[in-house]
Amino acid sequence: MALSGLFLIIFLLQHFIINITSVFDGSVFNWLSHFMGTNPLVQFILQPILIAGVIFHFVMGFILDLQNKKARGTRYKVFKGNSNASWVSRNMIISGSTVLSFLVLHFYDFWIPEIDYKYIKVLPDDPHRYYEELIHKFDNLTRVVIYVVSFLFLALHLSHGFASAFQTMGFNNKYTVIVKSIGKLYSIGIPLGFAFIAVFHHINYHYL
Amino acid sequence: MKKITYSLNYRKPKKSYKQDDELTVCLRSYQKLQNGKFKVIKKSTGIKCKLRDWDSDWHKSSARNPIKSSDDNFLDKNRLLKDKSIEFHAKLFNLLKPNGYNESVNKLSPSTDLKLENKIIQSNLEAKVPPGPIEKKWTTHKNNIQLVSPSNKRGIDIIVVGTGLAGGSASATLAELGYNVKAFCFQDSPRRAHSIAAQGGINAAKNYQGDGDSIYRLFYDTVKGGDYRSREANVYRLAEVSTNIIDQCVAQGVPFARDYGGLLDNRSFGGVLVSRTFYAKGQTGQQLLLGAYSAMNRQIGRGKIKMYNRHEMLDLVKVDGKARGIITRNLVNGEIERHAAHAVVIASGGYGNLFYLSTNAMGSNVTASWKIHKKGAYFANPCFTQIHPTCIPVSGEHQSKLTLMSESLRNDGRIWVPKKKEAAAAIREGKLKPTDLAEQDRDYYLERRYPAFGNLVPRDVASRAAKERCDEGYGVNKTGEAVYLDFADAIVRYGKEKAHVKGLDESDMTLVQKLGKKIIKAKYGNLFQMYEKIVDQNPYETPMMIYPAVHYTMGGVWVDYNLMTTVPGCFAIGEANFSDHGANRLGASALMQGLADGYFVLPYTIGDYLADDIRTGPIATDGPEFDAAEESVRSQINTFIDNKGSKTVDYFHRKLGKIIWDKCGMSRNEKQLKEAIKEVKALREQFYKDVYVPGTANSFNEPLAKALRVADFLELGELFAKDALERSESCGGHFREESQTPEGEALRDDANYTFVSAWEYKGDPTQAKLHKEALDYENIELKTRSYK
Amino acid sequence: MKLTLKIWRQENATAKGCMQTYSLDGVSPDMSFLEMMDVLNEQLMENRIDPVAFDHDCREGICGSCSMFINGEAHGPDRLITTCQLHMRKFKDGDTIHIEPFRAKPFPVIKDLVVDRTAFDRIQHTGGFVSVNTSGNTQDANALPIEKESADKAFDAAACIGCGACVASCKNASAMLFVSAKVSQYALLPQGQVEANDRVLNMVKQMDEEGFGNCTNTGACEVECPKGISLENIARMNREYLTANLKG
Repeated sequence: MALSGLFLIIFLLQHFIINITSVFDGSVFNWLSHFMGTNPLVQFILQPILIAGVIFHFVMGFILDLQNKKARGTRYKVFKGNSNASWVSRNMIISGSTVLSFLVLHFYDFWIPEIDYKYIKVLPDDPHRYYEELIHKFDNLTRVVIYVVSFLFLALHLSHGFASAFQTMGFNNKYTVIVKSIGKLYSIGIPLGFAFIAVFHHINYHYL
Repeated sequence: MKKITYSLNYRKPKKSYKQDDELTVCLRSYQKLQNGKFKVIKKSTGIKCKLRDWDSDWHKSSARNPIKSSDDNFLDKNRLLKDKSIEFHAKLFNLLKPNGYNESVNKLSPSTDLKLENKIIQSNLEAKVPPGPIEKKWTTHKNNIQLVSPSNKRGIDIIVVGTGLAGGSASATLAELGYNVKAFCFQDSPRRAHSIAAQGGINAAKNYQGDGDSIYRLFYDTVKGGDYRSREANVYRLAEVSTNIIDQCVAQGVPFARDYGGLLDNRSFGGVLVSRTFYAKGQTGQQLLLGAYSAMNRQIGRGKIKMYNRHEMLDLVKVDGKARGIITRNLVNGEIERHAAHAVVIASGGYGNLFYLSTNAMGSNVTASWKIHKKGAYFANPCFTQIHPTCIPVSGEHQSKLTLMSESLRNDGRIWVPKKKEAAAAIREGKLKPTDLAEQDRDYYLERRYPAFGNLVPRDVASRAAKERCDEGYGVNKTGEAVYLDFADAIVRYGKEKAHVKGLDESDMTLVQKLGKKIIKAKYGNLFQMYEKIVDQNPYETPMMIYPAVHYTMGGVWVDYNLMTTVPGCFAIGEANFSDHGANRLGASALMQGLADGYFVLPYTIGDYLADDIRTGPIATDGPEFDAAEESVRSQINTFIDNKGSKTVDYFHRKLGKIIWDKCGMSRNEKQLKEAIKEVKALREQFYKDVYVPGTANSFNEPLAKALRVADFLELGELFAKDALERSESCGGHFREESQTPEGEALRDDANYTFVSAWEYKGDPTQAKLHKEALDYENIELKTRSYK
Repeated sequence: MKLTLKIWRQENATAKGCMQTYSLDGVSPDMSFLEMMDVLNEQLMENRIDPVAFDHDCREGICGSCSMFINGEAHGPDRLITTCQLHMRKFKDGDTIHIEPFRAKPFPVIKDLVVDRTAFDRIQHTGGFVSVNTSGNTQDANALPIEKESADKAFDAAACIGCGACVASCKNASAMLFVSAKVSQYALLPQGQVEANDRVLNMVKQMDEEGFGNCTNTGACEVECPKGISLENIARMNREYLTANLKG
């Protein structure tokens, strides 16, 4: 979990950097997206690894959660979980599942049309279409709201997951405080940034 | 002429001998015959002495050395001489037997310090102390005892009851040697045995501090601390192996406290003038037990130890006079089980819970020891109980147990009560705070009475002094049974020291207090926290309240030098035996003894017994002896279950505890002891009539388990009082009001009581028969214990 | 004080249990929690009701026997203590107190509040030791100086009393804190390093076989641990486990 989690954290960072360019300059975004979408190394090696990583992360997540539920046996009548651990840390399965359902939507929004475009319909290569597609998606307010809410859960998921991954990998020493601070920054910063992108484009499109 | 003399056995006229001729030393006594004539009784000792070395007056001097003192084995020879003289006394006794025990025999030896009367009585209690100088006894003994070959060990089963320091370490070592061990404990895991609660530390004569410690000094301190009522040879052996224990534990990964150089740290304990106590914060017992437990784990993993958790031993099975097995009750489902073995080791700890309130664990009990006592093992010195001076005082009726505050606190804490009774009364009523009392209004009574040792006097002395003050009306809590243990001075001292080291302002009291508290916290943090949780007062700000409580029992099953009881094949180790502490145990010595017995003594000595058992083969559990033992256990259980009484087991236990505490507690007198005997007897009868035990026999039933334990306490209680009554001297933890100095210090009676009382069960505690093992002090001179 | 107690009653391992309600009067704030239970049991026995079975022994917070889950927390609301050190002054007159056994699949209930924690022992059988014989021929204790910091840390890990509060508090019933405390103690001392790889692999394997849950780093165990065993130990064990696996 920790390894795949850390991997996804790195991916998320990369994803964010590319996406945030859309706020400043559509052409840079187009160029980067086109590179990511057509580079064979990215497409045929990194993309499958990423998908495998995502699948591994959530499948393992569910399996572990099942194991963990089973390990309790009879349930407590009264269990004061929040007296000794945060809600987030105890409910990674909830934040994780929310993020997972978001991923389905996200795939439906971007990845499936992309695959459809490139490999099924085999439409002509257009290095300038990405920005337009992006803007178009955030036209719909419901979608933006769903995105923002999902990012909130992503933030929650990361706020525990980031430092937890380090702990699981055996990293707990005097630098842990720093790891935890970076984790906090990351878990707030990245989802906030994503949410900002969605909201920005929506507002930009409709009101400006 | 009624005395024993020593002479050379001249076979020719004296004048015909030359100075270099060797003659045999012999003992002689004159016996007055009926017809008024004297008969000479002579016995050769087999020891030769050159005429030139012979001093006919040697036995009159205190340091007698008939054999040339430059002989390297002259102590050896001396000892032989003495043994011979003992035999000789026995022979005399037999001669005089028709007339019974004879006064004239008593007076046979005024010119020697051999204590003839004890020797004669002890003839049926053989301690089997090996001959030789004390520092060589153990080595020689190990070289001479029989061994069991590795292949034969595989065919031999040993039962160990109890898994504390003694039982755990013994189980592990015996299994390591190759025996098949079955270990039993009533707790849910061997790691929970009550050794775990020992706080302060473990002694060892390592002399790492270079403060003049040595094996001899540890031996001497222990014998002296025990008020000269322990067996010299055992104590010396204990001191000798003490150093191995530390090596062993460190090798096992026990995290002892270390200094900044990475070497082991030591602290000082009561009754000694050196720092020889190794410790692991306030959890030394826990760490040592976990060490022994880890050694057990290794053997359990290898299949050499079969562990029986939640099992209680309820009887010993003897076949042909030898211990051959036990009957247990599985505490989870109530099943009665039979277990056979070639030897049975009892390591079930002490019986402090006789007092109901003690620092022992709730489950600690005497049952295993008592059952073997009823099957023939003598019970020694039952009345020797240690009352620990620093425990948290009783807070109310509901109290179920007492909590100890480690003796190590007396290193830095000062004990006091108010000087004026009015002040004490005001404190009791809550009108005055202890911190408001000026220095000159406080009575640091230990420092006042015992300037040399001050707050670090041995436990018995400190406890009695506290009781004395409280009885006089100086007690400081609601019940009037508490004294202060104050750290204010230590905080300032440490704080100033630290400020000095750091180059800070030593006169800034806020800073000094802060630094001092930090150091005290590092040393005793967990104890202070524990105190605060229980009493709800902050001991950094206000002095702790403490009062003595029952803590350890020096008495126990009588064992010989090989740690075997009077039942062949049945051994007792650790606190369960009457052990090496005499009439009082020094701090940090219990852990030492438990581990010494288990790791380094029993594994050798048990081989000597088992060597004769290699052809026995497996022991069957279907013999009539097992049937009978099981039957008696079952019937006792059924008696309790079927009894339709009205009072709970705790009701009786509390009552018993009160009788023993009030009448056989810190000070005892004849009248009260006699009352106690009667009352305990009556209580026992009432118990069997009126006890109510709920539930069934074949289920998890704690009240039933408790009833079985209390039944044994009710018998022990009577023997306890009887033993205290019999011993009319004061020694160590046993203080008889009839025997004290004008200043109120304990007064020993060496002439009449330098012996171990070993009681034989005769069907009823009242009928118990006293056997005496005389104690010889060859290496240490008997002196009045003084800590002034 | 007058209290309402809701206590888990279960006849034996196979029986079905349920919560029972009792009311208890005359509780003094100076009583320890277990003394309050004693009073309850005396009262139950007077009324010829089977007393509540619970594990307890030393009653000074060191043996690790007591194991009550009080008002949703292992060893109750106070911190750094066991149930036996919990005092009634932590509760108010008229309170309702829920008392359950420590729950985990590997800790089956024996009766009422008594659970079987031998899973912990079995984990230790597989590696919770240093393989040294008790011959007395080991080298001198001071022959190998150990850095004070490591020694102190090893002690802090070794302070674990094996009560199982970590398992009981963990939403996953994970035993990582317990196992890691033992692994850490030895990992921090030179004596334990010889067998470090086998130890961590074997103990973790046994832990999984016993059916304990996985660690998701919620940190509940550290908060509820009566001896304040640190999560650092879990990280250390993870590290040890990783290295051991890499070394094969």
